[in-house]
Amino acid sequence: MMLTINGVEIEDTYAEAFTMWGARIIITAKNLKWAMEAATRMTGFATSVIGCKCEAGIEGEIDDTPDGRPGTSVLLFARSKEDLAQRLVERVGQCVMTCTTTACFNGLDSVEQVPVGGQLRYFGDGFQMSKLIQNRRFWRIPTMDGEFLVEDKFGVQPAVAGGNILILGEDQDVTLQAAEQAVEAMRKVRGVILPFPGGIARSGSKVGSKYKFLMASTNDAFCPTLRGVVDSAVPEGVNCVLEIVIVGLEIEDVEQATRVGTLAACLPGIRRITSGNYGGKLGQYKIYLHQVMKQDVSA
Amino acid sequence: MIRLALKTRPDLPLEADTIRPDYFAQKTEAEIAKLPVLHGNQFCALGDFFNVRGGASDQLVLEGDLAQVKRIGTGMEYGQITIHGNAGMHLGAGMRAGEIVVFGDAGDWAGAEMCGGKIHIHGNAGHGLGGAYRGSRHGMNRGMILVEGNAGNETGSLMRRGLVAVRGDVGEFAGAFVIAGTLIVFGSLGRRAGAGMKRGTIVAYQQPELLPTFTFDCVYQPLYLRLILQTLQLEGFSIEEEWRTGAYRRYSGDLNALGKGEIFVYDQH
Repeated sequence: MMLTINGVEIEDTYAEAFTMWGARIIITAKNLKWAMEAATRMTGFATSVIGCKCEAGIEGEIDDTPDGRPGTSVLLFARSKEDLAQRLVERVGQCVMTCTTTACFNGLDSVEQVPVGGQLRYFGDGFQMSKLIQNRRFWRIPTMDGEFLVEDKFGVQPAVAGGNILILGEDQDVTLQAAEQAVEAMRKVRGVILPFPGGIARSGSKVGSKYKFLMASTNDAFCPTLRGVVDSAVPEGVNCVLEIVIVGLEIEDVEQATRVGTLAACLPGIRRITSGNYGGKLGQYKIYLHQVMKQDVSA
Repeated sequence: MIRLALKTRPDLPLEADTIRPDYFAQKTEAEIAKLPVLHGNQFCALGDFFNVRGGASDQLVLEGDLAQVKRIGTGMEYGQITIHGNAGMHLGAGMRAGEIVVFGDAGDWAGAEMCGGKIHIHGNAGHGLGGAYRGSRHGMNRGMILVEGNAGNETGSLMRRGLVAVRGDVGEFAGAFVIAGTLIVFGSLGRRAGAGMKRGTIVAYQQPELLPTFTFDCVYQPLYLRLILQTLQLEGFSIEEEWRTGAYRRYSGDLNALGKGEIFVYDQH
């Protein structure tokens, strides 16, 4: 059945999402500037597990932080619990601990936990101190500006990666405008991040390559410049395609982001919105665009 | 809820370690009244001294001046005790979990060697609060003790984990030989505070007379104190905003011991 929103065709297909492991990291600092500085560094070079070993993004600013200071929330995802534990130690250690005035807390209540402060404490070279407050252990690591406070363990949980929408527009200007509006709407959904620059990916990929050493290569089916030479998914009149990849802690959050993003992207000049998948062979989750759009947006 | 109202004030100390909500939880009113207590060197029934009302509950309310009643809540593992009056020695000593609230004073050794739970004393506490018994290797090991009044000597001595907060003054040797944990004193800190401490934290809001084996480090804002003070505020302790955001002078010690302990003194300037 054909579904159109504001004259934009919503293709009857699905996004193929798969399981990763996720964590929520709360970073506080003397002011929001420094909390954001640490969060920005921590989420740098974290667009895709393929090349960066993890996917990360800033979930948003938060008012109610454990130490009452300005703070931000970061979501970090990796392929396995062990991978995630390692990435957390690396990124909290290199990007948060090094950032002046910051402290770092677990933001995910989960039975599965991995040591973070418990690993970073060794930086204290024996001068570190631990404090058990309300059954949560914290480490105080002496630093040149005072001390770095970090929680001993961080909660981790299975998460959902690979949610996506592809916005097919008549030209680059309108497609970018639609993608930006979609990103703005999606970023209001808690529990998800959009790991690519500005939330938008222009170099969407397919699995494999003609080159044996490459795991992934350009998604030629959606490259308008190749419309005449490959089995193209780009309709006539479409000259730009932008993708928004969604990673979330829960499938419901990813669906909600898909829904609000798709709605926001239905602008004049957009011909079609679709999703990428691998024929259902890779992912554990299928997010059907038509089903998602029929659900109550306020739900 | 179970109510125990003191009907006969014991003329000798009454050892009442059977007054525990986890002991009462599965017992009837009659069974509770028959529980043994030691009056001097004589075993008696709880009902000889208390009017017992109710049964099969882990919510326990005690009424009367129980200054002579010792070991209330000792070793308890769950439930709540509310005491409208004073409590005798060893209140909640060795308790593992649950909560004790005293609307009065508590005798010596309240919360000694406790390893979980919470004791909130709205009056004064005696000596050895949260401390270690003679010959023990450590005192309090987890849990929280809040005192709205003053506390005696050796508060938090040999403490290993946990939090003790005293609104008023504490006596001598507060936090002596502390292994870890946090002791906060909003009033005056007696002499020889932190003597022999290995690790752990003492926080003072009035300049104490420190031992010469403590060295001044710096003035800074210890972030973790915000979490502690926030916890205290959630427990009903009124906390000034300046205490949370203000600076503290840090002293390291006791250099006669491991020297990894710290005393924070609130810097009012």
